[in-house]
Amino acid sequence: MLGFGDKGWGLALIAGALMTLAVSLTGLLIGSVLGSLIAWSKLSGHKVGATIGDAYASLFRGLPELLVIYFVYFGSSALLTAVGNLVGIEGFVGVPAFAAGALGVGVISGAYQAEVYRGAYLAIAPGELEAARAVGMHRLLMFRRIIVPQVLRYAIPGLGNLWQVALKDSSLISVTGLTELMRTAQVGAGSTRQPFAFYLAGLGLYLTLTFVTDRFFEAAEKRATRGLKRMHG
Amino acid sequence: MRLPLAIGMSLIAATFATAAHAKDWKTVVIGMEGAYAPYNLTDSSSKIVGFEPDLVQDLCARIKVECKIIAQDWDGMIPGLQAGKFDVIMDGMSITDERKGQIDFSAPYANAPAGFVAAKDSPLAKLASNGKVFDLTKSPAEAGKALDELRAALKGKTVGVQVSTTHATFADAHLKDIATVKEYKTTDERDLDLKSGRIDAELDDYPILAAVLDQPDSKDYAIIGPQFAGGEFGIGVGMGLRKADADLTAKFNDALKAAFADGSVKKYSLKWFKIDTTP
Amino acid sequence: MMSLDFIWLTFLRLIAALPVTIEVWFLSILFGGFVAACVTWMRVSGILPFSLFARLFIFIFRGSPLLIQLFIIYYGLPSIPFARHSFLWPFLREPFYCAVLSLALCTAGYTSEIFRGALAAVPRGQVEAARACGMSGFLLFRRIILPIAARQALPAYSTEVISMTKATALVSLITLWDVLSVALKIRNDTLITYTPLLIAGAIYYVFNYILARVFVWLEYVVSPHLRRRVY
Repeated sequence: MLGFGDKGWGLALIAGALMTLAVSLTGLLIGSVLGSLIAWSKLSGHKVGATIGDAYASLFRGLPELLVIYFVYFGSSALLTAVGNLVGIEGFVGVPAFAAGALGVGVISGAYQAEVYRGAYLAIAPGELEAARAVGMHRLLMFRRIIVPQVLRYAIPGLGNLWQVALKDSSLISVTGLTELMRTAQVGAGSTRQPFAFYLAGLGLYLTLTFVTDRFFEAAEKRATRGLKRMHG
Repeated sequence: MRLPLAIGMSLIAATFATAAHAKDWKTVVIGMEGAYAPYNLTDSSSKIVGFEPDLVQDLCARIKVECKIIAQDWDGMIPGLQAGKFDVIMDGMSITDERKGQIDFSAPYANAPAGFVAAKDSPLAKLASNGKVFDLTKSPAEAGKALDELRAALKGKTVGVQVSTTHATFADAHLKDIATVKEYKTTDERDLDLKSGRIDAELDDYPILAAVLDQPDSKDYAIIGPQFAGGEFGIGVGMGLRKADADLTAKFNDALKAAFADGSVKKYSLKWFKIDTTP
Repeated sequence: MMSLDFIWLTFLRLIAALPVTIEVWFLSILFGGFVAACVTWMRVSGILPFSLFARLFIFIFRGSPLLIQLFIIYYGLPSIPFARHSFLWPFLREPFYCAVLSLALCTAGYTSEIFRGALAAVPRGQVEAARACGMSGFLLFRRIILPIAARQALPAYSTEVISMTKATALVSLITLWDVLSVALKIRNDTLITYTPLLIAGAIYYVFNYILARVFVWLEYVVSPHLRRRVY
């Protein structure tokens, strides 16, 4: 039943796992854009920016993930349909399930990533920024050459945790109809009436995803901190 | 901050949710769960089949529109209808006054009696009313007697129902004071709990119960005890449509009348439910 | 548009479900914290079988979705005849205990990683200084390591505690009706989609907002050395 043959669900489950990987990764990237914007608005010192950043972070950290995903999915589809009708497209314009799912995961992840980036930015020694200005770097170059590499270094452990969270939030987006791992397991469980086998298989695949991506984050952390090692060594 | 935001969000939701548009009907899109056997289910080639797909194709041929069936999770059913993703919901949805506040219903197209599945040696099997159908509205005296007998047999037991069904309403009204009523999100989870022994009996409509007994590990269970219709179970299940589309509702109602008259509905009912469920 | 009456009645029904959410949340935080402390101890004990077990525990409960864990514990275990006939059955039979058990194990996976990070952050010099003063064993742990580690762990721990209030929204899978699932139930009964969900969202938000304030206050209390001195 869980095999790879004609009647087997093996391929479907693996395809579901890959979809989970893809949607979580896209969600993490969307979250990194949102998160760095919020971190920037909080660090900028503008009162309005900081208020908006705070409101966003506390709202999406305070609401159940399931609820956020509902609203993102139905809200974005309703919005798109309304806009479509304004420009003369008849009927329903749906947001693709993948986009809605990734957006849902990303909106939540962004709220947490903002804190990670903010903490990492504050950990940069002020002298480094002063030195960069002193040698005449303009803002974009300083951001690319000085800030981003160091923020990433400090942020990697935190991002590794948030990656785990994104992976598991993606199990809640089956409401959008996307056939990721959780939905595949649920559909398989319902169709064959063998839920235990399917949830165990799902468990195994989630753990495999975790294991593989954990190794990746470990390697990234090692690489990002190689300069620090030399300093202490 | 939080209050204005909540109000803003609900205003946006309300504005977009009610965006409807009149059109002349050439194609009609039907939303179904594809997982509510035997009303509608997904076969191995991922096509949606069942009582409702057969019926709706017949009705659409009668009103000369093309019908397209799409799968939709129950969670997205009402937003999907209101946003225009589909025009009709068919998902074994019971017609209730409470629900009529939000959407319109067609005339009922199926009204199956409700019964119990329990272990074959359950005390329900020994009741005088075992296997008989009682109408709570048409013959309240007899139904009341059967109900008393049932209540005595279920005293102290645990009964499982699916949440937000007419069965849950019935259990709430007649069984809650003598038995524990457990509400499940899906019938699958309830069936698991029946077999693990957490619940003693499950209450649902006849076609659903028959499908439970078709499962491979159900040989120790049977449909036993009295069956009921009317009363809390209402007038049956109907198609759900947007309030703005009264013209489409009227068309489907005419087609349903014709399909009842020539015995088509009964034919599909016998094919999928093994019993006649015409209301 | 929605009547105020409906909003008020929905609010009352959701508030009536709040105790379920809070009980499951509180007990799983309590037991989860205890399990996490044990797992952390095993992880840093230096005894190989213990630390391997702790790693496996963290890997499984951190690495898989709570929904699957909940399903396997509640619906999966009874399909093993042994579990159904053991002395554990009266306990496993009840959805409430299953919910607390699986939420506690899940949060313990995360929390023990937080505890371990906090222990690692205790400066070695502090421990050496305490030893030089003659402290050892439990006294060293209680007076030096614990206060410093607790302070270090607090920000990450507060995030975990707050996400647990939201994780309780999954327990309707096993027939426990918490705030969010009652909102979904009202939606199914009335087909009014957004209002019950928005009210549920507001309840979670207010609860978590209060919780976050409490943690800010706690952080203030445990870090007197960071406060500006008033002479």
